[in-house]
Amino acid sequence: MPATTEMGSGRDRRGASRRESGGQARGPASARPRRELPLAARVLLGLLLLALFCALALAVLSLPSPAPGLSAAVAARLDESGVSHPVTAVLLNFRAYDTLLELTVLLLALIGTWSVGTAHGCAGSPPGPLLRQLPRLLVPLMVLVAGYLLWAGAHAPGGAFQAGSLLGGIGILLCLSGRPLPRWAQGWPVRLLALAGVTVFAALGAGAGALPGGALLAWPPGWAKALILAVELAAMLSIGAILAALFAGGRP
Amino acid sequence: MRWDPGGLDWTLAVVFLPLAGALLCFLVPRRAAPVGLGAAVLTAAATFGLTLAVLADGVQRTALGGWAAPLGILWRADELSVALMAMTATVGVAVSFYAGAYFRDEHTERAFFWPLWLLLWMALNALFLSADLFNLYVTLELVGFAAASLTALGGNAAALAGAVRYLMVSVLGSLSYLLGVALVYHACGTVDITLAATRMGDAPGAAMHAATGAIIAGLLLKTALFPLHFWLPPAHGSAPAPVSALLSALVIKASFYLLLRLWLDMLGGGRWLAELLGVLGAAAVIWGSLLALRQTRLKLLIAYSTVAQVGYLFIAFPLSLAGNGAAWTGALYLALAHGLAKAAMFLSAGSLIRFGGHDRFAELDRPVPRLPLTLTAFTLAGVSIMGLPPSGGFIGKWLLLESAFRQGRYGLAAVVLLGGVLAAAYVFKVVGHAFTPGPREHRGLRVPAVMEWSALLLAVGAILLGLGLPLLRPLLQVGPESSGAGSAAAVGAWG
Amino acid sequence: MMDLLWTQAVFWALVGIALLVIGLYALIVHAHLLRKVLALNIMSSGVFVLFIALARRAPREAAGGADAPAQVVPAPPDPVPQAMVLTGIVVAVAATGLLLALIVRLRSVAGRTTLDNRADD
Repeated sequence: MPATTEMGSGRDRRGASRRESGGQARGPASARPRRELPLAARVLLGLLLLALFCALALAVLSLPSPAPGLSAAVAARLDESGVSHPVTAVLLNFRAYDTLLELTVLLLALIGTWSVGTAHGCAGSPPGPLLRQLPRLLVPLMVLVAGYLLWAGAHAPGGAFQAGSLLGGIGILLCLSGRPLPRWAQGWPVRLLALAGVTVFAALGAGAGALPGGALLAWPPGWAKALILAVELAAMLSIGAILAALFAGGRP
Repeated sequence: MRWDPGGLDWTLAVVFLPLAGALLCFLVPRRAAPVGLGAAVLTAAATFGLTLAVLADGVQRTALGGWAAPLGILWRADELSVALMAMTATVGVAVSFYAGAYFRDEHTERAFFWPLWLLLWMALNALFLSADLFNLYVTLELVGFAAASLTALGGNAAALAGAVRYLMVSVLGSLSYLLGVALVYHACGTVDITLAATRMGDAPGAAMHAATGAIIAGLLLKTALFPLHFWLPPAHGSAPAPVSALLSALVIKASFYLLLRLWLDMLGGGRWLAELLGVLGAAAVIWGSLLALRQTRLKLLIAYSTVAQVGYLFIAFPLSLAGNGAAWTGALYLALAHGLAKAAMFLSAGSLIRFGGHDRFAELDRPVPRLPLTLTAFTLAGVSIMGLPPSGGFIGKWLLLESAFRQGRYGLAAVVLLGGVLAAAYVFKVVGHAFTPGPREHRGLRVPAVMEWSALLLAVGAILLGLGLPLLRPLLQVGPESSGAGSAAAVGAWG
Repeated sequence: MMDLLWTQAVFWALVGIALLVIGLYALIVHAHLLRKVLALNIMSSGVFVLFIALARRAPREAAGGADAPAQVVPAPPDPVPQAMVLTGIVVAVAATGLLLALIVRLRSVAGRTTLDNRADD
């Protein structure tokens, strides 16, 4: 008994052509030629979106000049933050809670992906000779660059996310070149690595709150640089592991 | 036991306890159920501690990292947030016990349900506490991801399609919200709600109208207000029963809470916008109730009922233009009562499905004599949904009706009353079939007692909510004068 | 110099809005789920570009001093939107990963890569 899944009117965002394909039954989706929205609806949609563009453009053009912003406030407190690059200071000190939640989002995506199904392997086609040899050349370099990016984040653009992306890239490259992780490494080690970022960050943050005169996620000024580096290291490993595992697409 | 009234400790606990529980559950999947249950009980206890602290000492503000706004992020626990956190805790504990029994035989689903659910709870608490627009964006995304992953736990095609649609809608809504936040930041120079509210008056009108539109549109999409409700029935109707309870009772309220908070503190008061929301709410009530009547599957019927109930919440917007807070109190009462009642309904639906193997309620074979507690739970929950006294739903609707009659808004009053009649129709449709034999004799599978009792306790809670009006009224006084938009300096700022 | 910065900022902001609108069109019109995911990614990029582009208009600091009176130094771009967009990028990546996992699973369970209107029973 088919349930009546009622869709909205022409402003249906999911866009499948309702009237056309509503009653037809099915071959594989790729083989079925699908007429999408009729031309009139598309034109109307285009006009509506053009109006939206103009409204937003007007909003942007009306923004005040000189711009109100927080660069002065950040610059004033930069010395107490433990790093000398303002973006890193915002990410890991002034708005550290956002970064903690962001690491949690990444972990949540991993847990969600693992809950859906098992990893289906990276093999599209078997890797050619170039791809098989590429990791031997690139992976050590990538590790080096990742380490540099992590260190440089304190005074230049860089930091945990950039370095973590590189590590994730290493995982993807290994996967594509036919060298996936051995079975023993796919279970517990990946879980531990994925948890490490959030755990270290939350533990240090809560610990900072437990100190006398301290607040949650408040790094004491003398220790700020070391604490930030510790958090970034754990975060980098976590992000790399999670990104590579997301590419694998399921639980091991 | 001496309660520590320090706001920091309780607010820290309500966010970090479920987080720690989720991390542990992910680390040790075999013990996920007991660890998860323990974390749930602890988090609920911390939530009630925070509620008492707020009732005793007033608004609790925390500057995270010791940095005051606008540089840092603020937590603010006031009556409104605490009321919703308490509802989350109540429903959460009941659903946790239910889920412990529901997933007992499914290893994979059990292993992943607990970390996902605890992270959802953490995200909800973080959302209710936060007073920073961008931080709220991250918590909204957290809630969306967790909810979508939980929806997909069923594993079948309907659940997966519902989850994909849900996640896409969630991302789209968050993106629209983020667009609004970007415009607010670049016009006002801050993302702190209190500060932005004071600066919005001087900001250019076009940018502020665009920001308001973007933020409200995103949150309406997430709250599934007609006509943006298309994603809700497939998602709530095909998720596992405890997940459906969480989605309808809690997740929907999170985006509604945010909309209400921003409306009161920052964006609101626009007359035509409030009227538009009222019209859409009225349409949602009628449309959702009519479609619920047409359903043959129990969970889809309950999901369409959610679409209708969300409409009532938005009818309060035009009613509040007159200035007194009675309409808001009514809407909040409805939100809390709906949380308890809808969760009870979905949990009892899950028990019925476990009993009969399917959810076509017309074909269930005499569940009443064999599952008396479950049917009692469903009926009591239905009483609150219909708005019969003495339930919480009745109080909420009564406050809305009183406000409507006092302002002469007879159209809105008629919609509220008609919605109650239609709700009675679809509730009794289900209950009626529950007394009759089905087309085939069916032995019926055993339903664990904890599943029946958790649904019943929630339903009784929805009824008790109505009786507790004098106790709860101070918690639910909402309005421009009590929205907590105080001075910009945050307590506890070392920065 | 100030006007050049402002013009640059607004230009890129308009590019961001264009990306947003194009992505929204694609999201609504296309039925294939992979295209919808790509459309969402383009929309996210649009919002991020808008957010950052406007950060270029950071308030200037006038270099005080006894020498030339017309010495104005443009301040570095506002770091807070940059940090926020970094967060947003990570969230978008996480969303894409989760969406793709769900879509792949949907295809293996149901054999289709579109959201059909008929609910599956």
